[in-house]
Amino acid sequence: MLEYAWVVPAITFTSFWIILLFGKKLPMKGAEVGIGALVMCFVLSVALSGAWISRTADLEVEAHKTVETGEHGSKTDDHGGESDSSGDHGGGGDHRLVLPSPAPLVMGAAEGGEGGHHSYIIREPVQKEWTWFSNGQIDIKAGIHIDGLAVALLFVVSTISLLVHIFSTSYVHGDERFTHYFAFLSLFTTGMFVLVTASNTLQALFGWELMGLCSFGLIGHWWEQYPNARAALKAFFTTRTGDVGLLVGISILFFAAGETFDIASTNAAAIAGEIPDGVLIAAAAALLVAVIGKSAQFPLHTWLPDAMAGPTPVSALIHAATMVVAGVYLIARLYGVFWEAFDIADGGFNAIAIVGGITILIAAALAFVQRDIKKVLAYSTVSQLGFMVMALGVGAWTAAIFHLFTHAFFKACLFLGAGSVSHSGSHHSFDMVADMGGLKKYMPKTFWTFATATLALAGVPPLAGFWSKDEILLGAGENGYTFFLVVGLVGAFMTAAYMTRCVYLTFFGEPRGAAAHHHPHESPSTITIPLIILAVLSVFAGLLNAPGILKFTEWTDNITVITAGMEHHDFSIITALFSVVVGLGGILTAYAYYWKGFRVGVLKYDQGISGSIYRFLGNKYYLDDLYEKGVVAGVSGPVARAAYWINQKVLDGVVNGAGVTARGLARFVYEILDQKVVDGIVNGTGYASEGAGAGLRVVQTGKVQQYAVAMFIGVIAFAGLLVVFV
Amino acid sequence: MYLTQFLLLAAFLFCVGIYGVIARKNAVLVLMSIELILNSVNINLVALGAWRGFEEQIIASVFSLFIIAVAAAEVGVGLAIVLLIYRNRQSVDLSQVAEMKG
Repeated sequence: MLEYAWVVPAITFTSFWIILLFGKKLPMKGAEVGIGALVMCFVLSVALSGAWISRTADLEVEAHKTVETGEHGSKTDDHGGESDSSGDHGGGGDHRLVLPSPAPLVMGAAEGGEGGHHSYIIREPVQKEWTWFSNGQIDIKAGIHIDGLAVALLFVVSTISLLVHIFSTSYVHGDERFTHYFAFLSLFTTGMFVLVTASNTLQALFGWELMGLCSFGLIGHWWEQYPNARAALKAFFTTRTGDVGLLVGISILFFAAGETFDIASTNAAAIAGEIPDGVLIAAAAALLVAVIGKSAQFPLHTWLPDAMAGPTPVSALIHAATMVVAGVYLIARLYGVFWEAFDIADGGFNAIAIVGGITILIAAALAFVQRDIKKVLAYSTVSQLGFMVMALGVGAWTAAIFHLFTHAFFKACLFLGAGSVSHSGSHHSFDMVADMGGLKKYMPKTFWTFATATLALAGVPPLAGFWSKDEILLGAGENGYTFFLVVGLVGAFMTAAYMTRCVYLTFFGEPRGAAAHHHPHESPSTITIPLIILAVLSVFAGLLNAPGILKFTEWTDNITVITAGMEHHDFSIITALFSVVVGLGGILTAYAYYWKGFRVGVLKYDQGISGSIYRFLGNKYYLDDLYEKGVVAGVSGPVARAAYWINQKVLDGVVNGAGVTARGLARFVYEILDQKVVDGIVNGTGYASEGAGAGLRVVQTGKVQQYAVAMFIGVIAFAGLLVVFV
Repeated sequence: MYLTQFLLLAAFLFCVGIYGVIARKNAVLVLMSIELILNSVNINLVALGAWRGFEEQIIASVFSLFIIAVAAAEVGVGLAIVLLIYRNRQSVDLSQVAEMKG
């Protein structure tokens, strides 16, 4: 079953072409093809999840605990077995990762060997590859690598994408590019499927770029309005900046890991210490740039809020399941590389955690000053992505993936909820301050689902967000990243507060603007049903990894993480308590501020210090100004002028010169070559044969006896020659 | 016996034959002239063979017999053509037969 996972991206890819080619002729203009394809994908991914879960865990992997002192010595000791396994990887194909282990068979995640060695029994990943093309000695493979991580992502992506498709049938109903919209959705989903199932980095790059392209198309779906087109360009260029890093990183890793793109063997080589430190750090830094661009981390996060220009379901898809989580997925997938390059095991500080930590705080702060409901959610996504990246940075791999998993559900729910509000409640406006308020009584289903997702995001137990966020904080605390534990707690507080503000402005108080004048009503069932499904999922998804259950950890355990020596920590009631208190504190603070009008001096945002902070935030830290006026204007102005000059002088000169030369040449060719030489030859041949014919005609009298004379003369001539010369 | 006499006879017959082929207009006479040419060649062969020796004489005689046989066949075909020409145009005048004029 699992080796047929390649069918999933194939289905959506096919659906893309069908919609593109025949969509307009179909009764529902292509939507039914997209939905049908996604239903198939959803069923398949559920089946794949089932197959993965029921797969016997028979692969024993020995973890080595990274010893902080004398690191290299202990590594070489520990790696006798693992170098063998990486050799296996290099062989490609259907490799079995059976690591020779001296320890006796140990069941589950129980501690096995002595001296800091653990032995884990995990499910063996399924890898199936075909040769894509051969270049000299190197076979470039295309294939799938299915493990718990891939299966979890497949499930999330297909679920969210299916619900987004259904939601979209109402939301973009009657749009003039309805068909293309669905075609792009299919292709977008394909990109993510390709990325998560990829067995090598080259293939992952394909999926990655496919998403970049589709996000450009979808964000700019209503390109007739200039800001939308501009936002699409911004998203494309910003992520592209990061993509350069991806290309560089992949290239470095290709040579560093022994001329292979294979992800599993790259990880193994990195962990086994076969790649020199400098090379590894360069590769990881380049990849981190890619992640910063794609997952909208500081300082390249500015494109994501602007990407709200696209249709709301697209935002939900981008934010929850595809595109932005690609960066997180990339780190998770190549974790061996990052783990070794940034010495994650050492604790303290490292680049990934710092990027994530900064992103959490700055994005959460920005979310407070937004008037646009989608922008609040956008900054919230940026902030939550910061949580995931930070989690990966502090060595809490499982927690990051789990947060990705749960976040997908409640963030999709929030975005679709916002879409529902604007669709039916506020007359297509997203402005919370001007056009919303008091919608709770008009849109009860939207309100309750939105509120549930908000609580899940705020980390209220036992909703999904609580469990995953708690794991991240726990990981940060236990792995020696105390600073980032504090950052995470502050982030959690801010998250709870700004989401409460968002709920207040949207659903409580008096209706304002469009909400007051345009008869708000509940959305149709194609919109509310996805909302309800997502709300239910955001309640229960977190229980998968609740203490005592821990199924998610068991399912996603993989070779890289274990051989790297990452540990799973037991649930800590203290951390959980802190996180709950902080979350509730955030909600209560916002409650006091908005509902009760409780305002102390610093919170009056129009005065004094807080006024300048407000302006600072309102201007998004002037980062956009920096990019637009500094980088873009600085580059594009001179470049544009230089390009114009080159265009006018050099290119035109070349073009004109080429034109004149070509004209002269053409004249020469026509007058001399063509008219004289070629025609001369042709006509000459004609004249020659005509003349020869006229001459020979005289000889052909038709009289036999004249021929006989000629023959006789000829014979005599030959006879004469014979007499003379022989 | 001198070889020269035979060779002179053959040359005479050959010249007569050539004259007949080129100058006569009657197709039958042209055919007959061709026979003269062939027979002059036969005389030459036999004479030269006899002059060279016994073995050569036999070879020359065999050659001549072949030529006589081929000449008979040739006359058969030639007379048939002449007959057809006559049937078609009630004349065997070769100067009038010029359908192949270019």
